[in-house]
Amino acid sequence: MQELEARRAIDAVWRIEAPRLIAGLVRVVRDVGLAEELAQDALVAALEHWPSEGVPDNAGAWLMATAKRRAIDVLRRRKTVDRKHEELAHILPTEEVRADEGAIDDDVGDDLLRLVFIACHPVLSREARAALTLRLLCGLTTDEIARAFLVPEPTIAQRIVRAKRTLADEHVPFELPSRAERAGRVASVLEVIYLVFNEGYSATAGAAWTRPDLCVDALRLGRVLAGLTPEEPEVHGLVALMEIQASRLGARQTADGDPILLLDQNRALWDRLLITRGLDALARAAALGGARGRYALQAAIASCHARARVAGETDWARIAALYGLLSEVEPSPVVELNRAVAVAMAEGPAAGLAIVEGLRDVPSLAGYHLLPAVRGDLLARLGREREAVAEFERAAELTRNDRERALLLERAARL
Amino acid sequence: MRFMVLVPASKESETGKLPTAEVLKEMQKFNEELVKAGVMLAGDGLQPSSKGARVTFQGGKKTVTDGPFTESKELISGFWIWQVRSRDEALEWLKRAPFGKSGDERVTVELRQIFELADFAPSDPGGDILRKDAELRTRMAK
Repeated sequence: MQELEARRAIDAVWRIEAPRLIAGLVRVVRDVGLAEELAQDALVAALEHWPSEGVPDNAGAWLMATAKRRAIDVLRRRKTVDRKHEELAHILPTEEVRADEGAIDDDVGDDLLRLVFIACHPVLSREARAALTLRLLCGLTTDEIARAFLVPEPTIAQRIVRAKRTLADEHVPFELPSRAERAGRVASVLEVIYLVFNEGYSATAGAAWTRPDLCVDALRLGRVLAGLTPEEPEVHGLVALMEIQASRLGARQTADGDPILLLDQNRALWDRLLITRGLDALARAAALGGARGRYALQAAIASCHARARVAGETDWARIAALYGLLSEVEPSPVVELNRAVAVAMAEGPAAGLAIVEGLRDVPSLAGYHLLPAVRGDLLARLGREREAVAEFERAAELTRNDRERALLLERAARL
Repeated sequence: MRFMVLVPASKESETGKLPTAEVLKEMQKFNEELVKAGVMLAGDGLQPSSKGARVTFQGGKKTVTDGPFTESKELISGFWIWQVRSRDEALEWLKRAPFGKSGDERVTVELRQIFELADFAPSDPGGDILRKDAELRTRMAK
C-alpha cells in the first residue's frame, strides 16, 4: 500500500475509532489521561504496521487489543494495585480480537456515554470541557482544536492536561450519573456541544465568519448523544436546533466571506435535508414532553424561519410568543433582545423599540454589540437616522468579528 | 461534506426476492453504526426495476419504456447519504459495509460526492433559479 494512502486511511480509522477506543480503555484503567496515552500508543503501532501490512479488516478491534496489551505492561510496571490486575486479567481473554467487531453491544454505548459525561463533567470549566470533548470524542488533534478556537496550541495542550489532572484529583468516577444528578449532567454536556457548535457557527473573533467543520463536529456529536440517550427530550431539542441552524451554513456568507443576515439569505441555499431532519428531531423532543425545553424552544423558533418560503412569510407573531416562553424558562436580556426584534417584525419597529429601551441599562449587555445594532436598526426604520448611525458605529466598536464590523459600518454609511 | 453511496442491483434484487433475515440483520447493524456515529443522513432500498420505468428524451419527444431492464449492473438497488469530514472517512465507512460476504459474490459499490447547492452559484449569478428551487423545496417539506 502507498505510504500516503495508508496514512490517510489510518487517520480516517482513528477518527472513527478513537472515541470508542478511549471509552473502552477508561473502563479498564479508570484514568482518562492514561487511557488516552494508551490509545495514542496503539495509533503509533498502527502507523508502524499498517503501511506495510495493510489496514486490518477489524481495525477497531486491532487497536483495542494493542492498547490493552500495552495497558497490562504499563500497569505491571507501575505496580498498580492488584485489583486492577485482576480486572485486566478478567477482561482480556474475553475481548481478544473478535471477528464480528463492528457489532454493537450495549457496553460500547455505555462506555461512550460515560466518557461523554466525564469529558463534560461540571468540575471542569466550559473551555476545558469543550477542548477535552473535541479531543476525546471527536478525535481532533490538539493542533486542530487550537486552530478551531484561534488560540495557541500550547494553551489547548495545557488546558487538556490540566483537565485530565483535575478529573484524576477529584476522583471523578467512571460511572453514569445517578438519576438525581442526571438532568444537571445532561445539561452540562449539551452546553458544551452547543458551545462548540456556536464557535463554528458565529465565530466570535477573527476574520472568518463561520468555521463549518466545527459545526459539523458538534452536530455529529449531538446525533451520537441522541443515539445514546434517546429518552432525553432536550438532546433531541439541541440536535433539532443544530440541524436547522446548520442548514443555513451555505447561505450565511457571500463568495467574499461577508456575512449575510438571516432575512437577506437566499433560502435556496438552505439544506432541506438538514431542515427535515431538524423538524423530525423537534417532533421527537415534543413527543417526549420536551417542547418547552430551552433548546427545543430555540429550535421551534428556528423552524419558523425554516418553514417560511420567503422572508415575508415568516410567522413573527409565533416567534415573538416562543421568545416569550423562552424568557420564562431562561430569563435573559439577550432573549429579551431577540423578542424585541420579533415583536418589531410582527407589530412594527415602535413596539420593538419599547422593549429595547428597557434593556439599555442592563449591566450584562453593556459590552454586547447586538444591543446597539438592533436599536440602530429599529431607529433607522422609524426614520431616526442620526441616532441610528451613532448606534451602528457603537456596535461596530464593540464587535470582535472583523466581517461583522464592516457590515455595521456599511449600514451606518448608507443612512 | 456529503457523499452518496450507490449500491448496484443484482439478479436477486431484480427478481424482487427479499434479502434473507441474516442479510437484513447485517445491514441493520451497519446502519446502526452509521446512525450512532452521526454519519447517516438518509438511505433507502429500491424496488426492482420491473416496478419502474424509463423516459427517453430526444428532439422534444418523450418515450416511456416500462421496466424491467436487463443490465442489472447498471441498475441501483439502494443508496445512502452520509455526512463525513473527508473522502477518506467516507471510504473507511464504505469498506465496513456488509457486502460480498458469501464466497463468489462480487459487488462494486460507488461513492460519489454530493454537490452542495452553493456549488451551482456560478451558473446562476442572479440567484433566481435557486430562489425558485428553494420555494419548491419548502413546499415539498410542508
